[in-house]
Amino acid sequence: MPIINNKELFPTDYNDRILIEALKKTPQDIIYEIRESGLKGRGGAGFPTGTKWNLASAAVAEKKFVVCNADEGEPGTFKDRVLLTDYLPMVIDGITLGGRAIGAQKGYIYLRGEYRYMLGRLENYIAQMISENRLGNNILGTGFDFTIEIRLGAGAYICGEESALIESMEGHRGEARNRPPFPVNRGYFCYPTIVNNVETFASVAVIISKGADWFKSFGTSKSPGKKLLSVSGDCRKPGVYEVPFGINVKELLKLVDARKTKAVQIGGASGYCLPRSQFDRTISFEDASTGGSVIIFNQTRDMLSVLKNFQEFFVEESCGQCTPCRVGNKKLLDGVEKIEQGECSISYIRELMDLGRSMQMASKCGLGQSAPNSFISIVTHFENEIFSSR
Amino acid sequence: MMEYSKKNGDRAPVASKPLKVAPHGLESDIGSKVEVEINGKAYKVPIGMTILDACKKQNIHIPTLCYHEDLCLAGVCRICVVEVEGMRSLQAACTYPITNRMKIKTSSEQVRKARRHVIDLLLSEHYGECYSCHRNGNCELQKLSKEYGVDSYRFGHVIERRHNVDHSSYSVVRDMDKCVLCKRCVRTCIDLQEVGVLESTNRGYDTTITTFNDLPLAEVICINCGQCINRCPTAALRANDPSHFIWEAIDNPKKHVVCQTAPSPRAAIGEEFGLAPGHSMTKQLNTALRMIGFDRVFDTNFAADLTIMEEGTELLLRLKRSLVNGDKSVHLPQFTSCSPGWVKYIEHFYPEYLDYLSSCKSPQQMFGSLLKTFYAEEHNIDPAEIVTVAIMPCSAKKFECNRPEMTASGFKDVDFGLTTRELAQMIREAGLRLPELPPSNFDDPFGEASGAGLIFGATGGVMEAALRTAYELVTGRTVPFENLNIEACRGMEGIKQASVLLTGLKPEWAFLEGVNLKFMIAHGTANAKKVMEMLKAGELADFHFIEIMGCPGGCIGGGGQPIPTSGEIRKLRAKAIYEEDAGLPIRKSHENPNVNYIYEKFLTDGPCGHKSHKLLHTHYVKRGKYIV
Amino acid sequence: MLLSEKNAMTEEIEELCSNYGSYRESLLPILNDIQLRFGYVSEFAQQEIARVLDIHPVEVYGVVTFYSFLSPKRLGKYIIRLCRTISCDMAEKSSIARVLERELGIRFGETTSDMKFSLEYTNCLGMCDESPAMLINEQVFTKLTPHRVAEIIRKYK
Ligand SMILES: Cc1cc2nc3c(=O)[nH]c(=O)nc-3n(C[C@H](O)[C@H](O)[C@H](O)COP(=O)(O)O)c2cc1C
Ligand code: SF4
Ligand code: SF4
Ligand code: SF4
Ligand code: SF4
Ligand code: FES
Ligand code: FES
Repeated sequence: MPIINNKELFPTDYNDRILIEALKKTPQDIIYEIRESGLKGRGGAGFPTGTKWNLASAAVAEKKFVVCNADEGEPGTFKDRVLLTDYLPMVIDGITLGGRAIGAQKGYIYLRGEYRYMLGRLENYIAQMISENRLGNNILGTGFDFTIEIRLGAGAYICGEESALIESMEGHRGEARNRPPFPVNRGYFCYPTIVNNVETFASVAVIISKGADWFKSFGTSKSPGKKLLSVSGDCRKPGVYEVPFGINVKELLKLVDARKTKAVQIGGASGYCLPRSQFDRTISFEDASTGGSVIIFNQTRDMLSVLKNFQEFFVEESCGQCTPCRVGNKKLLDGVEKIEQGECSISYIRELMDLGRSMQMASKCGLGQSAPNSFISIVTHFENEIFSSR
Repeated sequence: MMEYSKKNGDRAPVASKPLKVAPHGLESDIGSKVEVEINGKAYKVPIGMTILDACKKQNIHIPTLCYHEDLCLAGVCRICVVEVEGMRSLQAACTYPITNRMKIKTSSEQVRKARRHVIDLLLSEHYGECYSCHRNGNCELQKLSKEYGVDSYRFGHVIERRHNVDHSSYSVVRDMDKCVLCKRCVRTCIDLQEVGVLESTNRGYDTTITTFNDLPLAEVICINCGQCINRCPTAALRANDPSHFIWEAIDNPKKHVVCQTAPSPRAAIGEEFGLAPGHSMTKQLNTALRMIGFDRVFDTNFAADLTIMEEGTELLLRLKRSLVNGDKSVHLPQFTSCSPGWVKYIEHFYPEYLDYLSSCKSPQQMFGSLLKTFYAEEHNIDPAEIVTVAIMPCSAKKFECNRPEMTASGFKDVDFGLTTRELAQMIREAGLRLPELPPSNFDDPFGEASGAGLIFGATGGVMEAALRTAYELVTGRTVPFENLNIEACRGMEGIKQASVLLTGLKPEWAFLEGVNLKFMIAHGTANAKKVMEMLKAGELADFHFIEIMGCPGGCIGGGGQPIPTSGEIRKLRAKAIYEEDAGLPIRKSHENPNVNYIYEKFLTDGPCGHKSHKLLHTHYVKRGKYIV
Repeated sequence: MLLSEKNAMTEEIEELCSNYGSYRESLLPILNDIQLRFGYVSEFAQQEIARVLDIHPVEVYGVVTFYSFLSPKRLGKYIIRLCRTISCDMAEKSSIARVLERELGIRFGETTSDMKFSLEYTNCLGMCDESPAMLINEQVFTKLTPHRVAEIIRKYK
């Protein structure tokens, strides 16, 4: 199913000729346009794309790489799947423009193993692009050489984290690297590498074709543009929605026809759980930030079992190298189970909340740093519910 | 796909990739200084240096666990986190480079809390109690708990075993219930030694350090070097301790228990008793061993001198066969064979090159077979009642003495290999304060040894000893180096090479006239691998003799040595050995009177003769790399 | 394993290596292909891959055990992976799980004795809007109901 309320962001009549026009621009012009648009990464962290590309373009190296992060593993996220299925030309053109901007000759799409069924289609499309000289040597006579290769993951959420993804591409266990150095300086095989989300690349193609000003006319000043949201859970119309940044949760719930909503999880398992009282918060980098996942819980849901589900996810999906995340998540899960059995004291819960904060501070990568978010927000907002029923 | 990995030549596991610190700007900025503020005070620090190193320089303590100065950075334990102003989260001091004018706090509330949590988490998964643990008193986890005043298990404590202890190996015991997943052993085994036995497996909470397919250590390609033990912060890895059996033998009046001590334990054991590294304890140790109850205390260096005679002769014979007889089947260069870690390494990784290895046993094994033959005969002792113990710096020696081919005397030539650490434990148990004991000499007849045998302990020592003898043998003159110190053989460079021109030779060695004797020295199996690849590529065709030690630094850095061992400590131990050598009256193996006596009396057909072949030489096993 | 099987495996691996190149970065593609073709990456295959890529067997083992779609133990011809993450969980994944167990006569984590089916849980498949969802090998099935599941299984049997 394509984007449900698709209006402007990803035009269904996307024009192939955009690529040749764009490739005539200098790399600096492309980067300038992206910086002007204020585009922030759509994968979750929200790092300004123009800044990232500029760093990579400034790095001096004999080779550079572009990586499209299609590992989409965050629970409740599926907008990249839709983009890769129904809006592929934009994604591919965006990657090519990334290559052009930083001076790379090679791009990769790191496709999660769960999406293997798409592999044939993606490969065919790339082959077609090559045969049309929209990829390959001297693309459309512009003198720019660029190819794209697809790498398949094998079932590991952590490989969505950019440095773990690079490790995985190099044939290692997907364990996050120490940073700095950052991938823009030392990424794939130590060459400058930009890693961006599928939606980020698709947005780039649109920004280059419609201009930064058009893009900025949507959203808020700190979060310009529009965002795709993957909405699932208790609502009548789950699916992918295109919304301008700044929309509040209430409006969103109306859009997807959700009723008797008790809570909304913004940003997937590693995001925050908002109770009713916070439904006027806005979806944006400055407020309720999300890589796209919105999961809705209605009044029948037991928030403790929701939390347990998230916690089990992290215990299994942590890469396991650093102490706070590997052991910390297990302790949080144990705590949830203790609450379930009615054996957990309030003071121990306080202890675990404290532990969660240390995990946020001391973990090596984003997984461990954001894993306690669910625990902290659900326990904070639903403490009464959680304890009163046991 | 493209050939990136080969270019990098980097097969290190993920977290252990050498972190070549690159600040945001240009690499050329590395090294220039920048002012940083640490705990409110300003310091000038080179760009690119890690926060940890910068703090060390200023004597600011930051706790560490996964960090080890011999190894590349991991940044996984997170005990070393510090606050860097402007960063959302805490940063690991061991991996975070100084990149600009930063403000760092090393013990803010948040930092202390996070560290305490890391310790609490590790303890919650840690099986066992310190008082029943052999790392009690020398354990980094225990030390951290003390430093942070841990007085309870905040997040519980495991009370049942979750892993079986792997006792399969003669050398290394693995108890993963005590593992804190710092990956030092992985980085040791894969990066430092390039053997590749240990790696993390599974993911998340199930992550464990294990071998290929979880096989017992004895069934995989472990070379028993014990380097992983030396770097393990806890009791998860330890040597297979035979001291219980040794006590039993000592307590049995029927048994004649003799021991030989190698030079490296003597140079290091003082550290176990609180002495600074670099103090040789040879003579105090003799006293201690007698007080413990050993019936005779001998010097392995005697056997090292014997090894020089045998190995040197073997080399000269190979040269003769090759140069005089034009025998194409002769394998040159000849590789030394006294490091059992290296021997097992070549058996696994380069089995097709075993013919290059000298057939000489290691000094430990030569000694063993002589004790149960010559010594038993001379002193009229039933060899069946002799128990031989080798005090060694090395865990691979335990495997070596259990090799089936090491029974030339008709008995197990060496009954037990005992490491420096284990001996120190026995001494403590006997109630002795080693540094305070009066000195005493070795027992005869194997008590006298040359300085040449002594320096076997440091990388390059075998080569230096061999040169002192071989050169004199063929020229009639002493080696042309001041005070017999062959500096080209010394030092901690990974691979050293040098040559000596042979001129003015004795008539019987005239065929070597004008030969430029080329030799090479390597230590640590990662360097051995480089040498073997050179050999494979035909780049060593004009070399004659190559010394290889399995452990970094040679035996003084062996896997049985006191913990910690570091680059600085290895240097100090080596210094102690060279100093002791310089002060000895006899410094050349062929001048050792006991060696000459044994060739007169027992090994009557001389070095590499029939008898010595039976007792002092061995053969090797083509093991290969794969487990089918 | 029979010698002929081993030779076939070696050939397969060598061919994959010549396709992808004998470099460490080819490891995951090779493992993915071997897993797809044989249903697991055997001890022998791991060592062969290590040999052609010139890395340590234990490193291959470390990688195989890291990724949940790779297995060092033999699994069935069809590997059924039911999503157990939140959206599917809320969409009655447990009733689907029970149907699967009943239809196949095995529990999660097990393989049928005829080596045809293995049953596993997996995390979010990116099909949350069509939950509950499952994979059979690389094929996705969404909006599962007990009846549909039974029917799907019957087709594969
Ligand atoms: C545990 C974890 C999982 C992640 N998963 C994804 C993912 O599936 N897709 C993605 O695009 N970014 C993911 N990210 C974010 C990436 O690390 C990275 O920030 C992103 O790919 C950058 O692209 P962007 O700037 O275009 O967002 C993940 C981060 C973490 C810490
Ligand atoms: S935070 Fe978790 S996922 Fe990230 S490095 Fe640490 S253990 Fe791995
Ligand atoms: S390993 Fe260290 S912390 Fe653990 S029981 Fe032994 S001494 Fe105590
Ligand atoms: S003893 Fe040496 S070879 Fe064996 S596991 Fe330890 S480091 Fe590796
Ligand atoms: S065995 Fe020792 S060195 Fe290895 S990871 Fe565990 S604690 Fe660290
Ligand atoms: S010592 Fe720095 S993370 Fe372990
Ligand atoms: S939660 Fe099941 S597919 Fe996302």
